[in-house]
Amino acid sequence: MEYKDYYNVLGVEKTATQDEIKKAYRKLARKYHPDLNKEEGAEDKFKEIGEAHEVLKNLEKRAAYDQLGSGYQPGQDFTPPPNWDAGFEYSTGFSGTGARGAEGGAAYSEFFEDLFGQAERAQRAQFHARGQDHHARILIDLDDAFTGAKRPIQLKVPKVTADGHVVTEERTLNVNIPKGVRAGQHIRLKGQGTPGQGKGEAGDLYLEVEFNPHPHYRAEGRDLYLDLPVTPWEAALGGKVNVPTPEGAVDVSIPVNSSGGKKMRLKGRGIPGKTPGDLYIILQIALPPASDGKAKELYEKMAEELAFNPRAKLGV
Amino acid sequence: MADQKHPFASGDLVTKTPELTLDDLCESCGLTKELITTYVSEGIVEPQGSDKMQWRFSRIHLIKVRRASRLERDLGLNAAGVALALDLMDEIEVLNRQLLQYERHQGPDNL
Repeated sequence: MEYKDYYNVLGVEKTATQDEIKKAYRKLARKYHPDLNKEEGAEDKFKEIGEAHEVLKNLEKRAAYDQLGSGYQPGQDFTPPPNWDAGFEYSTGFSGTGARGAEGGAAYSEFFEDLFGQAERAQRAQFHARGQDHHARILIDLDDAFTGAKRPIQLKVPKVTADGHVVTEERTLNVNIPKGVRAGQHIRLKGQGTPGQGKGEAGDLYLEVEFNPHPHYRAEGRDLYLDLPVTPWEAALGGKVNVPTPEGAVDVSIPVNSSGGKKMRLKGRGIPGKTPGDLYIILQIALPPASDGKAKELYEKMAEELAFNPRAKLGV
Repeated sequence: MADQKHPFASGDLVTKTPELTLDDLCESCGLTKELITTYVSEGIVEPQGSDKMQWRFSRIHLIKVRRASRLERDLGLNAAGVALALDLMDEIEVLNRQLLQYERHQGPDNL
């Protein structure tokens, strides 16, 4: 079992007051809270902070932790001395705040469980309740939203062992991704959360859907956006161009005298559904480089023969 | 992509369907009626129905009140603070998306 330096985790001195501990915790919690910080690792960091706070905010637990001594390095292999906590009473028991993590799923380190688990297991056994709901994020491809798909996802699930310890278990679940799902939507898997206690039913698992970045399309709600390069003559003269859509290429008429940045809508070509989204095309005018002789010649001819000043409005 | 050796689960898309009473909502999220009532009065969630007995919540509301209670608990906020934080978070999300779009069009070129 690895030793945890809770003071180090919160970045406070061993002599810190309860107020300083609370302040340090709040500051770190605002930074790493998984609802606020979507970066990888934020949730683990938040749990670590919560666990440290859970111990240090409680005078009795803090005193018990302090008398373990300070000769350990973080991560060092550690076995608590026998009867290390004799004479300490955890009168307040477990408050269920903070360290339970954003999802309320208890997931303390082995270190914490060994030192303080006893007092809490006693509490845990007492109530009968519906199991916790769980939240996870799932990354899918945009194409999955068009066709629907089955995807395996890995979940870390806290599990209570026979002797009352809480361990984190890896679990793989094949999930049905419904057609028409959009980023930010949730898929509810009934009964796939924590099993209930006593007569309580199992909680649900909520999966928040995010799309992997797509090389061409950008999704916004049910609509898609596509930057479409066109030649200067296609933009100026208009005409049909071939445009990719997730469901196959289509011909689109570019109006005469279109400018760069022009937005065009292909109705119903976005994410499918009862009200399907639209696909927006944004024209990007691509200039042929003047590197080869022919192109250079044509540019020079335009410069000579066209009286065109794009900076007229700037007064120069 | 799906493999055979792991269990299969079929889910439902969480929708705006107002299907939960105040009791259902409390049962599902483990929060008190008083707290939910406070969230409603702060405008964090807006159920259908004019009075408490008629309130109907959707599962999107369920996800939102749970998030609100996490923020309240973990950051020591009050309900008004949570409401503000949630509004700002939504706004940041919109701005981030716009920034992403802007950066794509801007490119790294310096004149």
